[in-house]
Amino acid sequence: MSAPEAARAMDKPLLRVSNVETAYYGRLTVLRGVSMEVLSGQVVTILGSNGAGKSTLLKTIMGYIPDQPDKGTIEVLGRRVNGWDPEDIARLGVAYIPEGRGIFPELTVHENLRLGAYPRGDGAVASDFEEMEVRFPILRERRRQFAGTLSGGEQQMLALARALMSRPKLLLLDEPSLGLAPRIVGEVFCIIREIHAAGTAMLLIEQNARQALGVADYGYVLESGRIVLEGISTRLEADPNVQELYLGMVREESVKGFRRFKVRRRWA
Amino acid sequence: MTQLAQYLVGGLATGSLYALVALGVVLLYRSSRVLNFAHGDIATLGTFVAFTLLGRKLPFSLAITGGLAAAALVGVLFFFFVLRPAKEASLLGKIVLTLGLALVLSGAVQVVWGTDTLVFPFPLSDTRVHRIGQVVVSETSLGTIVTGIVLMTLLYVLVQGTKIGLAMRAVAQNADAAQALGIPARKIYALTWALAAALGGAAGVLLAPVVYLDPFMMLDPFLKGFAAAVMGGMDSLPGAVLGGFLLGIAESVFAGYISFKFKTTMAFAVIILVLLVRPEGLLGRVYHRRV
Repeated sequence: MSAPEAARAMDKPLLRVSNVETAYYGRLTVLRGVSMEVLSGQVVTILGSNGAGKSTLLKTIMGYIPDQPDKGTIEVLGRRVNGWDPEDIARLGVAYIPEGRGIFPELTVHENLRLGAYPRGDGAVASDFEEMEVRFPILRERRRQFAGTLSGGEQQMLALARALMSRPKLLLLDEPSLGLAPRIVGEVFCIIREIHAAGTAMLLIEQNARQALGVADYGYVLESGRIVLEGISTRLEADPNVQELYLGMVREESVKGFRRFKVRRRWA
Repeated sequence: MTQLAQYLVGGLATGSLYALVALGVVLLYRSSRVLNFAHGDIATLGTFVAFTLLGRKLPFSLAITGGLAAAALVGVLFFFFVLRPAKEASLLGKIVLTLGLALVLSGAVQVVWGTDTLVFPFPLSDTRVHRIGQVVVSETSLGTIVTGIVLMTLLYVLVQGTKIGLAMRAVAQNADAAQALGIPARKIYALTWALAAALGGAAGVLLAPVVYLDPFMMLDPFLKGFAAAVMGGMDSLPGAVLGGFLLGIAESVFAGYISFKFKTTMAFAVIILVLLVRPEGLLGRVYHRRV
């Protein structure tokens, strides 16, 4: 890539979500005007409690919710993808690991990996296999096993490796730490750091705010379908509201319940 | 002993028909959980189209290909123009839609070709026979067994050995995740419909020289194939083949030794017995649940 091209690529965000509103069954509004961006090479995290609309945002971006978004624009690599099918968005270079990992339980580990490279026609697939198996030794060991027999952590590794097999420009991760032991969560985040270091942009949804802010460059706080706070992750980490609500730090003066309630509404 | 061998050969011939029907049913069931009640009628339509093409003096192979293509086309059109628009419908709703297709097709066949029985000109003869030792095999039976096994092998290679087959299995297990990997799930479903319908059509064509053509010729084989699929385990392609052959053989042996009249009754008694012992079917698996 020449220098001006690189500069242009830097200018255009990989993902731009503008004023997106999503409603399930056309009635139940979950996202109420969400705007956010992922720049190339960045890890962006979205924090939010259960039901805030984090997973819905990812599903909307990937085109999984029929006839949605209701309003707003989703741009991937500068192209408007509203109304596209998930497979076409994936083919632009977006890999998505859904909540629950989305592995194929009755296919072997090897077949799962092969499917990661499904749209690719280039000759480098074989060498990418090698690379994945070096990077995730457990997958080499379990190569011929059904993926459904792997442990939760191994399945998450498989999902990550499978996503990387498509050589994505942007990786969407929905709660990669869900249901994993703390030590395994550490391993998963180690790999996320490696992927980041290799230059792949990521949009990371996490309940584990401490880990998420630890790897992210930038973060958004989503509450009841609205972005209530955004900023570079160090700034979010220092924000008193984020500390209290997402990092579990207790403020001395908020022992009384009603105070907590008041604090909760004092965003931005 | 010779007699038993004779019954076994007869059972293999009907069994491979049942297996072909069962494979079509299972292919669709395991990819989308839809029970296709129109399977038999799609097959009948394909057979009648092949019959008409033969009447137009087309060579046999071309006419058969045309018949199978017609069946496949009906399957694909049904998927794109009925099942897809009705994607919000419940599973039961979709199954009722296939029932509707069955009635429509059956009516169409009766209108176009009439309800009289027709004779399907088949290059293999039912009366010319081959002898293997003491056992007598008619050309038609031999042809049916060989064609059935060739088609099953081809299907196995397609599903287990090719990239498109891998994609079919992935879509069957988790369509959303498959889409996230760039696999065009809808096209794969359409392909599955085409394959299933063509397999049914092949069974229809193989059955035609034995029973004469009439609009309801596939009713009995469809029910038996469906039962074979249930017996083998609805999720399993090898199960469908095993179920089909077992059913065919059981029927033939029972008809030979005990009673011809009650062979169908006996076939279903066997199925009940199998399902009592193994509710998930012979090769089905219980733990696998789609969520």
